[in-house]
Amino acid sequence: MTIAQFVILGTALFSIGLYGVITRRNAVLVLASVEVMLAAVNINLVAFDVYLADQLYAGQIFTLFIIAVAAAEVGIGLAIVLMIFRNRHDADVDELDLMRY
Amino acid sequence: MHVSFEQWLTEIANYVFAALAIPTLVGAWMVVTSTNIVRAVLYLVVTLAGSAALFIMLGAEFVGWTVVLVYIGAVIILFLIGIMITRAPLGSHEELSHPATVKIPAALLSIVLFTVVAWAVADAFGGLAIPPDVGATRTGQLAEVIFQRFVIPFEVVSLVLLSALVGGIALARKDEPEEPA
Repeated sequence: MTIAQFVILGTALFSIGLYGVITRRNAVLVLASVEVMLAAVNINLVAFDVYLADQLYAGQIFTLFIIAVAAAEVGIGLAIVLMIFRNRHDADVDELDLMRY
Repeated sequence: MHVSFEQWLTEIANYVFAALAIPTLVGAWMVVTSTNIVRAVLYLVVTLAGSAALFIMLGAEFVGWTVVLVYIGAVIILFLIGIMITRAPLGSHEELSHPATVKIPAALLSIVLFTVVAWAVADAFGGLAIPPDVGATRTGQLAEVIFQRFVIPFEVVSLVLLSALVGGIALARKDEPEEPA
């Protein structure tokens, strides 16, 4: 196993997630695309942690932190989507132009 | 340690890697392109399970099972509840994505990003092998580092999670109508 194969897989996942964030219109699916990008970052961190044989396991521990923060992000993101839906009866991110000049 | 492409092809672990990486990528692609919103979220399970399997393959077993428990067990359910509660169209639906005027520039941007980063990675790390004798990381070793060296970040993350969940409840709950005095 080489380090490059894991990092290139992470890059591919990140690019796919970026494509999804730009092209998706439904707010829930934008959040799902962000999760794909986070999974890509996690693969990078764990691969480099194992490659460097880090004594502090910093890559794995940061991955655990990212998982916790991602859970918080999804919880609060879906609460915001729910509130927007309640006020506008729609979860389309294109309709959210209230703060445009 | 440097491995040539011929050596790389003789290693069985690399075929396991390919067998895990391909479903991971296909699942991610379906997450961003599926026209059915429930299926898009369920394909996220495939991607996350693939990443969990890669973690276990790398010896990071605790992280792998945490992904299974937290992501596949909790976050996916949260997504499905979010879909049900916002009454998204459950069948096949074209309106979930932007038209081709957005898709084509987005695809170009993604391809350029992938090409540049993958080229840079291959240039810098190409052929550098992960040490083959790397064993599984014991959960006890992780716990010792988390609760000594990383204890302050750990506490901060737990506060972030608590405040995010309290904030989520505060945002999402319906305010009771005021009772006439």
